[in-house]
Amino acid sequence: MAKKSSKDRLSNEINAGSMADIAFLLLIFFLVTTTIVEDKGVLVKLPPWSEEPPDIQKLNERNVFGVLVNKDNQLLVRKQPAEIKDLRERTKEFILNPQKRQDLAEKPTKAIISLKNDRGTEYKTYLNVYNELKAAYAELWDEAAQTQFGSTYESLSREDRRTIRNKIPLVISEAEPTAFGDEE
Amino acid sequence: MSKFSKKRGKASPEVNTASLPDIIFMLLFFFMVVTVLRDAELMVDVNTPDATELTKLEKKSLVNYIYIGRPTKKYQATYGTSPQIQLGDKFSSVRDIPLFLERHRSTVSEKQRPGINTSLRVDGEVTMGIVQDVKTQLRKSNQLKVNYSAGKRADEPKN
Repeated sequence: MAKKSSKDRLSNEINAGSMADIAFLLLIFFLVTTTIVEDKGVLVKLPPWSEEPPDIQKLNERNVFGVLVNKDNQLLVRKQPAEIKDLRERTKEFILNPQKRQDLAEKPTKAIISLKNDRGTEYKTYLNVYNELKAAYAELWDEAAQTQFGSTYESLSREDRRTIRNKIPLVISEAEPTAFGDEE
Repeated sequence: MSKFSKKRGKASPEVNTASLPDIIFMLLFFFMVVTVLRDAELMVDVNTPDATELTKLEKKSLVNYIYIGRPTKKYQATYGTSPQIQLGDKFSSVRDIPLFLERHRSTVSEKQRPGINTSLRVDGEVTMGIVQDVKTQLRKSNQLKVNYSAGKRADEPKN
C-alpha cells in the first residue's frame, strides 16, 4: 500500500474554532465598554456677558413677549397664566401678527422673546419651554422657506437660510432668575 | 474494492467555519471605529429630558462636556445628595469652569476654536439655580456655544 498521506494532510494548523472565541471575547469587551455616543441636543447661543443688565426700558412693550416660569413649573405668558402646549402657537402668532393687532409685535424683526425663570424651576420644564420657543421659530422659518423658495428650511443653502433668519430673527433674551425656590 | 472504502469528500463540512472569525473581526472593527471609549465615567445621575428641536454635535474633539446631576450611589457618601457639577471626569465647582474650558481650548487648533461647543448634560429634575451659575460662568469665559443635551421626542400631534 502506498504511504497514506492522510496524516500529512496540510490542514490549517491553527484551530479556527478558538479564533472565533477570541474574536467574540474582544467583541463583547468593546460592546460593554464603549458607547455609540448620542450627542444631540438643543443648540443655544448664549448672549455675551456684560456687567450691566440689558436695558429693556427702551423697548416697546408690544414687541416683548414675556415668558416667566416659577419654581412650581407654572408658566406666565405676558402676565397671564398659560399652558406649555399653547406656547408654540402663541409665539408664532406674536411674531407674525397676521391680524396686525396693536398688542402684538410690529414686525418680526422687532419681536423679542424674554424668558425668565426661577432658580427653583426644574431643568426639564425650562428645556421644554425653550424647546417650544425654538420650535415656533423653526416652524415659522419653514413656512417662510416654503413661500419664498418652495422647499423646507433645512434643505436650503446657507445663504438662503440666513435670508430667512434675517426676516424672522431668533431673539430670546434671558433675564437673571429670581431666587424664590433656590435649593441652597 | 473492499467493504471499507472510504467515501471521499464526506468529512468536509458544508459551511466552512474558517471564515467565522473573519465575520466576527469585521463586527469588531465596526465597533472599534464607530464607538467611543467612554471618556468619563458618569459620577452623577443624569437623565436628560426630551426635546424636538435637536441638532447633532458634529466634531467630538471640539466638544467639552459638563454634567450636572445628583451624585451616584457610591459617591453620595462623600459628596452628598444635592446636585453637583462634573467637569470632564471629576467633581468640580463653578469656579473651576474657566480652567476647564482653557484646558480644552488648548487641545484645539487656533482656527477651530470658534467652533468649540459645550455640551450641557443636565438631569431633568435639577433646579435651574446651579445651571444658571454654570451658564453665567460660561458667558464670562466667552464660551457662548452651548448645546443642551436631550433625547429625541416625537412631536405631539396638533389637537
